[in-house]
Amino acid sequence: MKTLLTLTVNGEQREVVVPVHRTLLEVLREDLNLTGTKHGCELGECGTCTVLVDGEPVLSCLALPIECQGREVTTVEGMARGSELHPLQQAFAELGAAQCGYCTPGILLTAQALLETTPVPTRDEIRHALAGNLCRCTGYTKILDAVELAALRMKAPRPVSTAPAGVAHR
Amino acid sequence: MKRFSVVGQSLPKIDAWAKVVGETRYADDLVLPRMAHGKLLRSSQPHARIKRIDTARARALPGVYAVITGHDLPRVKFGILPVSQDEEALCVEKVRMVGDALAAVAAIDEETAERATELIEVEYEPLRPLMSIEETLAHPEVRIHEYGDGPNVHKAVSLEFGDVEAAFAEADLVREDAFYFEGNTHLPMEQHAAVAQWGADGKLTLWSSTQTPHYVHRLLAKILDVPQPHIRVIAAPVGGGFGGKLDPFAHEIAACKLSQLTGRPVKITLTREEVFYVHRGRHPVLMWVKTGFKRDGSITGMHFRSWLDGGAYGSYGVASTFYTGALQTVTYKIPAYKFEGARVFTNKPPCGPKRGHGTPQPRFAMECQIDKAAEQLGLDPADMRRRNLVEPFTKTANHLTVTTIGLGECIDRVVEASGWRRKFGQLPPGKGIGIGCSSYLTGAGLAIYWNDMPHSGVVVRADRSGLVAVLCGATDIGQGSDSILAYLVAEVLGIDPKDIRVHPADTDLTPVDLGSYSSRVTLMAGNAVIQAAERLRAKILDAAATKLEVPTERLVMRDRRVFVEGDQDRGMAFAQAVVLAESQLGVLAFPGSYAPPRRAGKYKGGGVGPSPCYSYSACVVEVDVDQETGEVKPAEIWIAHDVGRALNPLLVEGQVEGSIYMGLGEVLMEEQVFRKGVHKIPSMLEYKSPTTLETPEIHTILVEGDDPEGPFGAKEAGQGPLLPVIPAVVNAIASAVGVRIDEIPISPEKVLKALELKRQGKTPRVGPERLPLFTFPAPKVIESAFGQPADTVAERPFSS
Repeated sequence: MKTLLTLTVNGEQREVVVPVHRTLLEVLREDLNLTGTKHGCELGECGTCTVLVDGEPVLSCLALPIECQGREVTTVEGMARGSELHPLQQAFAELGAAQCGYCTPGILLTAQALLETTPVPTRDEIRHALAGNLCRCTGYTKILDAVELAALRMKAPRPVSTAPAGVAHR
Repeated sequence: MKRFSVVGQSLPKIDAWAKVVGETRYADDLVLPRMAHGKLLRSSQPHARIKRIDTARARALPGVYAVITGHDLPRVKFGILPVSQDEEALCVEKVRMVGDALAAVAAIDEETAERATELIEVEYEPLRPLMSIEETLAHPEVRIHEYGDGPNVHKAVSLEFGDVEAAFAEADLVREDAFYFEGNTHLPMEQHAAVAQWGADGKLTLWSSTQTPHYVHRLLAKILDVPQPHIRVIAAPVGGGFGGKLDPFAHEIAACKLSQLTGRPVKITLTREEVFYVHRGRHPVLMWVKTGFKRDGSITGMHFRSWLDGGAYGSYGVASTFYTGALQTVTYKIPAYKFEGARVFTNKPPCGPKRGHGTPQPRFAMECQIDKAAEQLGLDPADMRRRNLVEPFTKTANHLTVTTIGLGECIDRVVEASGWRRKFGQLPPGKGIGIGCSSYLTGAGLAIYWNDMPHSGVVVRADRSGLVAVLCGATDIGQGSDSILAYLVAEVLGIDPKDIRVHPADTDLTPVDLGSYSSRVTLMAGNAVIQAAERLRAKILDAAATKLEVPTERLVMRDRRVFVEGDQDRGMAFAQAVVLAESQLGVLAFPGSYAPPRRAGKYKGGGVGPSPCYSYSACVVEVDVDQETGEVKPAEIWIAHDVGRALNPLLVEGQVEGSIYMGLGEVLMEEQVFRKGVHKIPSMLEYKSPTTLETPEIHTILVEGDDPEGPFGAKEAGQGPLLPVIPAVVNAIASAVGVRIDEIPISPEKVLKALELKRQGKTPRVGPERLPLFTFPAPKVIESAFGQPADTVAERPFSS
């Protein structure tokens, strides 16, 4: 049995006709082609598939889209404003916080949720916020550094830049 | 002092931007028109004969396009090493482990494919499963494979360099210790995935999350019985490898065959549980080490024995076996050395290479034994190590050539940074500090199949647009190897890394590189890319020199310009110079090739261990041990790593930090263990790995030098730094609470057991109590090459 669902994803209204048991992860990746959201276990254990629902980190492999109707879903594709990267994305790229990059979308979104509620988190608060997101490459060090840097920059007045974000080398 | 413009800078990786916006397309992100989804049926039995497989009900399920068993594939066994051709993609006669693949389905979607696998009927005749080293040696009447160096013995080796018994006779202290290192797995965040498309022209394309597209390419031809030129393998960006994506796998082969039969592209993505069974990870190794020490802490000789639990197949196991005995000799002076090793088959997922491949286990044993000896001799363990370092540019007992060695500085720097002098032996009870040192290859000296061709090939292409493209078969698995190639080309050509495109490994388009293993890419592909870029540079300079009417030697390339040294205005833009060169010569595409110097020892097994150069690391760990619960908490870690020249310090730090993290997981948590043939904990929740909360602050110190073998002097960074953290933690626990845990991972239970023994006045040690009854082959006695000067640098193949 399939159901028509209306979802708001990254600020756009999208309609999908899917079986009701289809997970949010599957709908995002397979029906909406938003493959930026990754999967590491599909059992809610690794945090890789994290997206934001109304700003809260949610494991999309365990979430049902039917519960997300009328709520705002944000994936990694929704973090940048046009070509301007989110400060977290910028900091992650600059500081080498993404090695293989597979856990990166989930960690970015979890960190974004943290910075919404705690604009200047301590290192320990960052550790606690990210404790549910596994990363096998980085030893977390550069990830913690990048979240700190992004928080710092978001607090400071934004510098004016004409270069498209992501193209500048440093 | 040479001035670098790109080398040595902490630049972002060239693929960082794509990764932070979710643009990077990993294998499972690929979707092709009409694509079918595949699933494998895997064995539920650890050891059984297959009496019958009936796929009729699966075939009848609506939405199923094809079902295959091993009978649909050529009946040919394969394996990554030419000496261990013992695998089948889909087992026909026998299964040797839970998780062995038996059949594969292609269907309209994943759910249908999975349902179809459940409809396949398999009748087994169970055989006795052999689940441990002891059990498999005790039951020679049960045979897992019909080949090897004895019943259930895959490989048994014995080598002696110099007279070890005479060395022990000279010693003031001879120690014998036994250690056990439990197996663990890579746990990459990305589950393996492959998409195969067998075109109507009879040609096959495979996209796969593989670290070794070249080896997959070679083996697919054999496995599928298709001419190799008709196969194209494209490496998708790898979402974490660590050695776990180095073999050809059943899902890749099944996807190809299913695509041929259905006329559709077929994707197979493994589940997390399947990844645990696919494994090829760290071998469980039981070890015995006997070492002679002088009063001053110097080593007179060492005898090392290892028994490896290999699991159900050969995989890289012969190399793993030799690696458990190869690199003991490259850190401290060991004039006489004997190694005996045996790898056995058991009915568990096959072990293979994981970060450090076969060397973290013996390094743990050796560094812990040295600590015990230091205590007995009343020496400071850091000083004892520092005084006995191998001399640079000499050979070891087992004929390995060491070039530069920065281990002395590494030890000094971590001792200084950690406050070792005021902490060692002086911290309050429950707190301790320990040290460990290590070394690792910068690329294996030999390919896994014998040949005289380059280990790494590159083409650098430039054209009138000013674009520079790098074509290389190397695979970026997150370590940043594509970026390293871009930095090196940018350095040579005086342009910006962002002007360079590095293309992913594609066997149709990119010259062969052997793959991302043995920490070889920066050095080997790096040297090849420098050669190619220098050839291009020479042509560009010639063309510009003619135009500017100056001798070539007076020109420099920098800041995207070609100009007369000292007169920036007298010159032209890089792109203009390329136009001149292209006008003169036609297409500008230059090859670079690299093969390591031929230094393998002239004995059987001498091919495992040689490397162009070795990295060195020293690590100090401070731990808190809770004597009530047995819990061990690493409080702080200092590591110094001799990386030669850090081509990009940011990326080197990232490799070091990731290695430390992975070592911590291995020493305190991670274990791949089984009950009745079934993995006890095949999930990311239960297979404990460190989170942000268990990973302490890591202080990374890069010790730089200039190794003559490395590209601009660089050595490896991706594996070596994992090695010292394990013994450093164990030694720190000993200094904290006075107990010795000779078996990892170190669970709270083991610590409590050792503390209890201490309270009872018994030897406060937990570790292996007995060793297997096993007769190693008679040793090959070879003259020790210890202390001999390194050969004057022989002409490297392809160097001119």
